[in-house]
Amino acid sequence: MPNLHLDHEKIARARIAAKRIAADIHGVIAAHTTTAVERTVARLFGIDGVDGDGVPLANLVIEDIARGGGLSRGAALLLGNACATLALSPQQVAELLASGRVSLTKLPFRPDAAQATADTYADLALRRIADRRREREQLISTLGEGQRPHLYVIVATGNIYEDVTQARAAARAGADIIAVIRTTGQSLLDYVPFGATTEGFGGTYATQENFRIMRHALDEVGQELKRYIRLVNYASGLCMPEIAAMGALERLDMMLNDALYGILFRDINMQRTLVDQYFSRLINGYAGIIINTGEDNYLTTADAVEAAHTVLASQFINEQLAHLSGLPDEQIGLGHAYEIDPDLPDSLLLELAQAQMARQIFPRAPLKYMPPTKHMTGNIFKGYTMNAMFNLTSVLTGQGIHLLGMLTEAIHTPHLQDRYLALENAKYVFGAARALADDVSFIAGGKAEQRADHVLTKALLLLMQVERVGLMEAIEQGVFADVKRGRFGGKGLDGVVKRAPDYYNPFLVPMLERRYLTGGEA
Amino acid sequence: MEIRPYGDTLNDGAMQLSFTLPVPPSPEAKEAAKQLIHRMGFEAVSVVHMGDLGEGFSFFVIYAKTPVAIDFSAISVPKVDAKHMGFYAINDYIRQEIGRKVVVLGACTGTDAHTVGLDAIMNMKGYAGEYGLERYPEIVAHNLGSQVPNETLIARAIELQADCLLVSQVVTQKDVHIPNLTQLVELLEAEGLRDRLVLICGGPRISHELAIELGYDAGFGPGTLPPHVASFVVQEMVRRRLP
Repeated sequence: MPNLHLDHEKIARARIAAKRIAADIHGVIAAHTTTAVERTVARLFGIDGVDGDGVPLANLVIEDIARGGGLSRGAALLLGNACATLALSPQQVAELLASGRVSLTKLPFRPDAAQATADTYADLALRRIADRRREREQLISTLGEGQRPHLYVIVATGNIYEDVTQARAAARAGADIIAVIRTTGQSLLDYVPFGATTEGFGGTYATQENFRIMRHALDEVGQELKRYIRLVNYASGLCMPEIAAMGALERLDMMLNDALYGILFRDINMQRTLVDQYFSRLINGYAGIIINTGEDNYLTTADAVEAAHTVLASQFINEQLAHLSGLPDEQIGLGHAYEIDPDLPDSLLLELAQAQMARQIFPRAPLKYMPPTKHMTGNIFKGYTMNAMFNLTSVLTGQGIHLLGMLTEAIHTPHLQDRYLALENAKYVFGAARALADDVSFIAGGKAEQRADHVLTKALLLLMQVERVGLMEAIEQGVFADVKRGRFGGKGLDGVVKRAPDYYNPFLVPMLERRYLTGGEA
Repeated sequence: MEIRPYGDTLNDGAMQLSFTLPVPPSPEAKEAAKQLIHRMGFEAVSVVHMGDLGEGFSFFVIYAKTPVAIDFSAISVPKVDAKHMGFYAINDYIRQEIGRKVVVLGACTGTDAHTVGLDAIMNMKGYAGEYGLERYPEIVAHNLGSQVPNETLIARAIELQADCLLVSQVVTQKDVHIPNLTQLVELLEAEGLRDRLVLICGGPRISHELAIELGYDAGFGPGTLPPHVASFVVQEMVRRRLP
């Protein structure tokens, strides 16, 4: 259905406004670093594990640097300096520090050796990530992958081993993408838990070991099915860039990665998470990880019809922020959702217009389409039909990442059979309607076109308003999702530090330059 | 009056069931499903569908008839005891019976991050055509959002001189909501605030009965609309003569 007539002038103007909004906020981002960004550098240098109290060594290192007033220069130089001075690896330095026998800011500082050593360890990390990326590309080319829209399901048992069983069953039933939902509350932890975990509520802890266990299981079942199965987690919350780094090292394929979501729905401080987002998206971009943005959530609080333009406006902004982090369009999974009230007449038409509009405005982005949740009631039979309408909209408009709706949404985390029925529903509808999309078109000037133009016009006006006041001020005014957040409010502000003139992060430039990545584009 | 489920004939006891067994599909699996339902007391058990969920699991859809009947006249369910009023009636009631604005605080407490239910009750726009509490001229509604610690909620309740606390709990996996809801009651009692507040919880798995059991004044489940909650709050305030 590639033929909704949209006003290209309006699209171009919206994009320019979004670009200016992103550039404006980038000035703030580039002037700061955060504890999470620096912990990420420590992790990328190979620092892993926890002390006797379960505190991650990466946290201990950054706390030590912060105490010594060195955070504004970045962890890389101080770690590089310690490694050069003590002739130890970053991990050995961290272990020594954990035992209380060294403090990084108290060692004599030799700038040249510090930077050279930092560059050496950064180089190792870059090569490791580039290897994982090539590994993914190779697996996809030998195994193949599912047809788009890719079927995305969630596992959320709290126990990584139980998750594995459910994920493998879902893959066998046709899932292309498995997301392991995090335990409720992890986004507000200012550290990443360690090791394999079997206790979680509404989800499973994101840990590097859990990533490894699930990656292994999906690779195994993928080999058997001759289909690459993608793995998703959440580079969001207070440890956004650390989780991106862990995902890059363990070959995750997608990350939910959206500062706006954290600001609005988790009350994370906007300065903190925008700075964190820049580095995490840089890592995701470099690692070939597709990000998923969270615009779909706006419609869980605001109305899907009235607030449709806020989703589009936010997609424009997210696209530009992602470009600044070096993410190509193919790795920008912009979010939206089928959250329309089923009692509304012509709800299918309105959703088709919105989905097709997004498809045409972001032609190369693998749009992430989310299922009905807000109007799911516990009537599983009606819910199943709503999911079928959502599936139909997705296949007719060529969405990229299709998160399957569960008939038991709003009741419980999915049972095994719920996921199976959802896959069966989607496979049926996709199979039945795939070619239909090539054969039917919207009537020029019809209801769908009028609706799309209305949404686009409102999005443009909103972007112009945001451009005038700046993104932070706009969020303070409650422009998105009817939620207001202050720039000095929320969680994590204490982890934000102004960069010193000699601040150094050895990953920023090589990742943007795509060093060691062969073959160019993703 | 004795009643049974209705299929197409009064008291035929017809029921539909579906579930998963942790064995691959096979004639034995099908028989196991049938016997399981039989052992539960059902009659005329008919396995109409067996599906392969993979990883050694099978899925069943079953129709069966239950011989069990329930005496409907003996049923009693604790219900929220308040006359239902609409938006305008509630505001009038507050003006006449309370004579000042009613302060309501809402929060998803503990680790719960799901605000969709709370928002449906609190947000200006409301839900299903009913305005949310923020829209009520005689109600001062504060939506504290998600993941609010009980301690913070209480501190804010004191600061804002709340008349009513609305606690929303969506994540109920492994009963994580129970200790959290209980703790709030205990903290309020320790602070001597419990009697001065109308305390309400809500969520998809919350019933009025459970709420009462946990020490709340009322519990609201799925399908609740803002005026249901508001009607109860204002009548409860008057009933308890809260200042």
